[in-house]
Amino acid sequence: MRTNSIRLIGALALLLVAGAVPANEGGHAGWERKAGNEIANLPSLQRGARNFMAYCSGCHSLKFMRYSRMAADLKISDEQRDKYLVRPGDKFSDYIKASMPAADAQEWFGRAPPDLSLVARSRSSDWIFNFLTTFYADPASRQTGVNNLQLPGTAMPHVLASVQGVQNPVWRNVEHKGEDGKAALLREFEKFEAGVPGSMSAEQFDEFARDTVNFLQYVGDPTQVERQGLGIWVVLFLLAFTAIAWMLKTEYWKDVR
Amino acid sequence: MAAVMEKSGGGFRSWLNKRLPVDQFVADQLTGYYAPKNFNIWYFFGSLALLMLVMQIVTGIFVTMHFKPGEPTAWDSVQRMVREVPYMWLIQPMHAVGASFFFGVVYLHMARAFLYGSYKAPRELLWIIGMLIYFALMAEAFMGYVLPYGNMSYWGAQVIINLFGTIPGFGPDLVEWIRGDYGIGDATLTRFFSLHVIALPFIIALLVLLHLVALRQVGSNNPDGIEIKENLGADGKPKDGIPFHPYYTLKDIVGVGLFLTLFAIVLFFAPTFGGLFMEAPNFEPANPSSTPDHIAPVWYFTPYYAILRAVPDQKLGALLMALSVLAFLFLPWLDRAKNKSIRYRGLTSKLLLAMFFIAFCVLMWLGLKPADGIYVLLARIFTSLYFAFFILLPFVSKADGNGPVPDRVTYHAH
Repeated sequence: MRTNSIRLIGALALLLVAGAVPANEGGHAGWERKAGNEIANLPSLQRGARNFMAYCSGCHSLKFMRYSRMAADLKISDEQRDKYLVRPGDKFSDYIKASMPAADAQEWFGRAPPDLSLVARSRSSDWIFNFLTTFYADPASRQTGVNNLQLPGTAMPHVLASVQGVQNPVWRNVEHKGEDGKAALLREFEKFEAGVPGSMSAEQFDEFARDTVNFLQYVGDPTQVERQGLGIWVVLFLLAFTAIAWMLKTEYWKDVR
Repeated sequence: MAAVMEKSGGGFRSWLNKRLPVDQFVADQLTGYYAPKNFNIWYFFGSLALLMLVMQIVTGIFVTMHFKPGEPTAWDSVQRMVREVPYMWLIQPMHAVGASFFFGVVYLHMARAFLYGSYKAPRELLWIIGMLIYFALMAEAFMGYVLPYGNMSYWGAQVIINLFGTIPGFGPDLVEWIRGDYGIGDATLTRFFSLHVIALPFIIALLVLLHLVALRQVGSNNPDGIEIKENLGADGKPKDGIPFHPYYTLKDIVGVGLFLTLFAIVLFFAPTFGGLFMEAPNFEPANPSSTPDHIAPVWYFTPYYAILRAVPDQKLGALLMALSVLAFLFLPWLDRAKNKSIRYRGLTSKLLLAMFFIAFCVLMWLGLKPADGIYVLLARIFTSLYFAFFILLPFVSKADGNGPVPDRVTYHAH
């Protein structure tokens, strides 16, 4: 969708005018990946909901999503919903709130953990996937002991350390020419090394993160699957309508000489 | 009138027509209104603009039912309506995506006037009323964009409203008067809501009515730019004209079908259109302490935004920006060619117009980019080309817009 005609014309003009565009996007050396989640995959969404309630909902709310809506959309039975998802003290029709009081969170983390209802739309599924998978041990981070490649300096601790483990980064020094023309050595990410092991293998953890991302994408736009399903019929109807309208027009326009 | 009355016979229809001239209206406006028979694809966009106006009003009525204007409630009420009110997940995006399609259609409708000289005498006033609709639409779209109070709403409003502060003398006071406060806040949102749902829709509807009345008065131009009224048949009807109804009503319905198909594909499968119709930062609530990575208006305002940023001095930039929009008003008098249509103008005119279209599109793209490095240079080049069009037009059109024109319109029956 990004290659619309406006950008195309613009890009062509840019190619004509500018021989070389300064490359301002550095290499991301493999940590930037596509989430690859499937929004219509119900078991994945159900696992994602479970992951969210188990690991995220302590601090993060989904203030526009009700337990009941989520369960109905994800085909989770009422018994399972009430037993595993609805937090004690909440009603099944409540919005999903964080367990932790926002004021405490503000004090403990320096900023309140954001509501995640729309994070998949304001950031993107890929962004969340990379955020969840690129926590690494960083002794320089005094507060949490970890850092993140997607969101450097994040205030969030490595909540998933028990499942992912804690990975160590390998850096390499790369020479960069600064704006002033002087060369400077900058460290660039090369790869992750296994550190403290978690309860899951790397592949299992990717799957875990993918399910969670999938769930958050659903929460960001809960009607998307239904919308696309309806969309096919609407487009087919409009095409048929256009065809009939065109035949009628042609019939009348035979008179015009 | 008598002839129409006789045809309508007795019964309810006759009763009605004695009290309300329904048949007369249809005869004047549709079956008896003769339009040139050589309209091409560019002539779909007038009726499509009307369709979009109706769609925005109807979807807007439903959005207004569930929207709660104001700083503490606006954002949440939009999220709640799309998630909890039946079918608002469809109607609210229709309104948001509709704004982009409305502008797309309006730009193509305006491009048509550029191509075939539809702004030239005797249609100067028709053009000016059209431009007033465009200006009102810009205000309407801007305020509508601010209402949901996402982060880009907030920062976009910040940039645009502050532009009025560059006016010498009363500028800063004007900004405060527009906002209704020392910063953008509750007072700004509630007044924008009032203007967006009452004042501007009324103004736009009135102007559209005037646009149609003026069109009926002077008649439609056509791709050949020939006045069909100058070539009447024995029956007193234009030889190259055909009744608007049924010919163009049926043809426009085909256009509506094609257009709605395109609209539905975007609405159902790519409503954000890769961040172009709905920007990612607007999925976060307004936050005065967190500026988005780079602030850009929606695509339909970006040509002017690029012009604003092309100038290092903010006052001069705002002035050029205002000029770039107002310049359209003078088009009927800047164009001094005898012929209307680009078909019967020289190569220089064709190149000049192509240059303007390209400059407009490139500026549109540049307005979405950050203002640094090569983009600033490009913005300056294309801003110059944009204004060069208006400066050169009087001379180029005078020099090579006077060639021979056929007596009858070009039309191949199929």
